[in-house]
Amino acid sequence: MKVLVTVKRVVDYNVNIRVLNDHSGVDLNNVKMSVNPFDEIAIEEAVRLKEAGKADEVVVVSVGAANCQEQIRTALALGADRGILVETDVDIQPLGIAKVLKAVIDQEQPQLIIAGKQAIDGDNSQTGQMLAALCGYSQATFASEVELGDGKATVTREIDGGLETISVALPAIVTTDLRLNEPRYASLPNIMKAKKKPIDTTSPEALGVDVTPSVATLKVEPPAERAAGIKVETVEELVDKLKNEAKVIS
Amino acid sequence: MSILVVAEHDQQQIKVPTRVALAAAAAIGGDVDVLVAGEGCQAAADAAAQIPGVSKVLMADSAQYGHGLAEEMASIVASVAEGYSHIIAATTTSSKNYMPRVAAMLNVAQISDIISVESPDTFKRPIYAGNAIATVQSADSVKVLTVRGTAFDPVPAEGGSAAVETVGATDVVGVSEWVKEDVVELERPELTAASVIISGGRGMQNGENFSLLESVADKLGAAIGASRAAVDAGFVPNDMQVGQTGKIVAPDLYIAVGISGAIQHLAGMKDSKVIVAINKDEDAPIFQVADYGLVADLFKAVPEMDALL
Repeated sequence: MKVLVTVKRVVDYNVNIRVLNDHSGVDLNNVKMSVNPFDEIAIEEAVRLKEAGKADEVVVVSVGAANCQEQIRTALALGADRGILVETDVDIQPLGIAKVLKAVIDQEQPQLIIAGKQAIDGDNSQTGQMLAALCGYSQATFASEVELGDGKATVTREIDGGLETISVALPAIVTTDLRLNEPRYASLPNIMKAKKKPIDTTSPEALGVDVTPSVATLKVEPPAERAAGIKVETVEELVDKLKNEAKVIS
Repeated sequence: MSILVVAEHDQQQIKVPTRVALAAAAAIGGDVDVLVAGEGCQAAADAAAQIPGVSKVLMADSAQYGHGLAEEMASIVASVAEGYSHIIAATTTSSKNYMPRVAAMLNVAQISDIISVESPDTFKRPIYAGNAIATVQSADSVKVLTVRGTAFDPVPAEGGSAAVETVGATDVVGVSEWVKEDVVELERPELTAASVIISGGRGMQNGENFSLLESVADKLGAAIGASRAAVDAGFVPNDMQVGQTGKIVAPDLYIAVGISGAIQHLAGMKDSKVIVAINKDEDAPIFQVADYGLVADLFKAVPEMDALL
């Protein structure tokens, strides 16, 4: 069985982002870029399926500028077999990405597609669900456990208040939540080996997909700052302030 | 303009986040219909009809909607979508599951987790874990939106008298099946509905120590939350996590105990009205957002606080 994993190049989660003074976006110059953390979990899950003999091939795909190659290489170093870069300089949005991925799926015919539940830059949480709709596939979002069966997958999902288990027919799209697994680190020999693994490059145009965005970002601002608070010396003082100054407890 | 709000409900009652979505719909303006899709959901549809400002309730009552499977929910929403300028739901784990599917079926974008309505086609939404706020404008004929639960005051639950109209069920998609649910019955308020929250972090050291927070929570009528560090360490279950990838909360009072304040945690609670931080590390970033900071050993401070309440 072939597994397709999607990866996005995003600002590393440890970076404190800075909004540009002209409010056109956030500063991406000389900022560390990484694989979206939820996509690392997706890669790990696919590689474990291969190691368990349940998948034969793990293909990783990224949609974006040429430098997304770096994140595809990371995925290859973590155990994926080959990569596909759909190269575009358009500030592509979830629906456009989903349309591109559908075109890739039409060619590759994977039985399972694993994506991160959201990217930590846009925080949209849309692409996997949109892809499932476009393909007419079942979807299992926010997965914390995936069990492959015959022609189906049993997936435990994180929902408000607890967990839900559903069974989805394959091919299916699974999106990963934090607790699905703990991703490994790439070893040096595997990083070296990854350099020899193939990456095919294509484009939305070559795939016949229109990725023109329908949503324009008019401006990006820093969030409202909270006014500085005070330090209290004792618990008595804290409780007194909460009762008599903030009046949030009685 | 004509707006459809997709209701979140338990077949009996309409959940509070839906009334927040209705407040966003009111800010856009125009006629507002509510879709209640479920199994045995007449009571929920009747409750939706009581909400002021609702023109009409559409009820789709059929077995396939009982567990809110994304494929079936998206199918019914898309089938009634024609003629609406906006399709809106509150941001919850269930709407996050089916709304993007609806948007793709309609070949339009979704704008996730809006926090304000600037005009009928322009909205603000947090990006980068709330470290930036984007103003975005949609050129789509139908705007598919989800609304952050803390961004608007919910409209009242009662005072209206809309008609309930039954709509036919869609064909069963049938590619997924509900197996089981493991939802914890809470004795305390839900995190997203609580006016007071007390949360513990890695500083709690283990799960048993959360009982210290329980006693304070009981006196304050508070919900109990946790940081990702506490969840990852296995102290408490996942659904207690407050933060970028957990629950987004904005209670009147948020008490952070033994939480350092990673940006991902701050993203989930920094809109709280009053923030209290108790931490023994005076350099912890949580103090930068706290209205009242107490540098102290939580194992002394929390029992002391408990005794004073």
